[in-house]
Amino acid sequence: MARTVIPFGPQHPVLPEPVHLDLVVEDEKVIEARPSIGFVHRGLEKLAETKDFIEFVYVAERICGICSFIHGQTYCQAIETIMNIAVPPRAVYLRTVWGELSRLHSHLLWLGLMADGMGFENLFMHTWRVREKILAIIEATTGGRVIFGSCKVGGVRRDIDAAAITRILGELNEIEKDMRGLTKILLDDNSVKARLCGVGVLTRAQAHDLGCVGPMMRASGIAQDMRQLGYAAFNEIKVEPITRTEGDSYARCAVRCGELFQSLDIIRQAFAKIPDGPVEVKVTGNPTGETITRTEQPRGEVVYHLKATGTKFLQRFRVRTPTFANLPAMLQVLPGCDLADVPMIILTIDPCISCTER
Amino acid sequence: MAYFEMTKLALKWAMTKPATSQYPFVPRQPVAGSRGRLVFTKDNCIYCNVCAKKCPTDALVVNRKEKKWIIDQLRCITCGYCVEVCPKKSLSMDTGHDRVAVTRDHEIH
Amino acid sequence: MSQEQIETITVDVLWEKVAARRQQGQRLVQISATRLPEHVELTYSFDLDRVLTNLRLLLPGQDTHLPSISTIYGCAILYENEIHDLFNVQVDGLTVDFKGNFMKTSVKFPFGSVKASAVVAAATPVKAAAAAPVTLAPAAPAANPAPTASA
Repeated sequence: MARTVIPFGPQHPVLPEPVHLDLVVEDEKVIEARPSIGFVHRGLEKLAETKDFIEFVYVAERICGICSFIHGQTYCQAIETIMNIAVPPRAVYLRTVWGELSRLHSHLLWLGLMADGMGFENLFMHTWRVREKILAIIEATTGGRVIFGSCKVGGVRRDIDAAAITRILGELNEIEKDMRGLTKILLDDNSVKARLCGVGVLTRAQAHDLGCVGPMMRASGIAQDMRQLGYAAFNEIKVEPITRTEGDSYARCAVRCGELFQSLDIIRQAFAKIPDGPVEVKVTGNPTGETITRTEQPRGEVVYHLKATGTKFLQRFRVRTPTFANLPAMLQVLPGCDLADVPMIILTIDPCISCTER
Repeated sequence: MAYFEMTKLALKWAMTKPATSQYPFVPRQPVAGSRGRLVFTKDNCIYCNVCAKKCPTDALVVNRKEKKWIIDQLRCITCGYCVEVCPKKSLSMDTGHDRVAVTRDHEIH
Repeated sequence: MSQEQIETITVDVLWEKVAARRQQGQRLVQISATRLPEHVELTYSFDLDRVLTNLRLLLPGQDTHLPSISTIYGCAILYENEIHDLFNVQVDGLTVDFKGNFMKTSVKFPFGSVKASAVVAAATPVKAAAAAPVTLAPAAPAANPAPTASA
């Protein structure tokens, strides 16, 4: 049978990210997918050699526009590990809250994009309407809508006062009601299910061998969440990974829907337990040493490998972002699927190519 | 299995006020504490150059001799680091997001 | 590095060690490279039940060859192609070789040698405060390369 090569991306109506695939198709079936990335490589790892390690948190935050806060947090945690800085407990709790707010807005963004990808524009608009409420909370507490800029080495820049906490908790109740309605549609609606169930199945063994992370891995039945490592306030707030066993696109959607409510729960617990006190400590000196720090981003585990030699510039700043680890799995599930399902499968790994290339 | 859930939501929103606003015609209400735009107050500036040294994107240049404070708005990422390090508090953050830089022209104060 | 264990190994036992980890059911977390003055240092990180262990290799800094582990861990191709494109390390036996077209960088092998590091650093505009005229110096092209510059 004749084979055709169809170029897919880097510009494609359903793709917000510049990934290019050459799809080898036979009739409607995809036989092979050859990826090429590198359209948005910015050389941020190289930049660490010329930027002061204190300033570099701004760069680290801008690796990704969506999981920005957790990038900044992971960078700060890594530097704090190297320099043995004890961050005040209140700052640790605030980081946890902002991290979970960023997870909420990232997951809502993705759920909207997925609805948009399958042509469900109305659901897309409503998901983003709810996301806008989260962004309003973020802007009021940090000053930025997606680039928080509130994390620094040694603590956080801003505090949330008691009145604001009460107000946010009230708003979260509203948001939860909205999200219950939306997830009911996302998980139970016939047309959504028909589009997602059984599409892009990744088995548990494949997910493990291909080194998947985050919701991609949990949707295939591996219960692993880096928040279980107990970084930030997660040694006091316990997190049970949300898993599904089907491993298809529907399972990945369901895991993310479940994580929305888990994040809300974590924010409530954190606000209930948040101790009083300062939110930052003074940082002096330059780092010497090496660390590998892992945290859980909305898209999965992020790995920061930092090496410092006692100057104010880092010797090596290496980031392995979650999408980088999930790309092999994407290439694994594409062969054998229908051409029309390709956008959905690519979307369900929640690709962030700017993250991947840094 | 859910039937007509989306219809219910759509009908509800067909009858309520839209969540969006007519943005350029109806200005956005500024959010307190938002990092909108960097504001320079000339009066107490001592041209110490700390802001320019700390700026992560090199958007600021301070010329002490000519007493000039220069900003490239397109490079500025409104991170607020300069506001934090300014010893004389002559820099502040405005909550307005109204003006958007489109050229590399340098604003000289 | 407190909780992470680093085991320093040589190239000839790399396959054996990695295969043993695969047998234990470890997940390949990442491969990272660091350019040292005389060497290229590689760190292979593995995860088993949230415990991170690392293998460390020191390779000569010039004309570097590295055996690929992509036959053991399929997902290693991305890491190894990236290491080739950024560090000028020749990876032998890759199952999928992008032949240097994986990352599109404006400077070829940005971490290729310590000297290359110095060149890139010089091209980045140093804060020109001392010599600053009333206007800013135009941005050096290497500082903000257009994404298509080298494509």
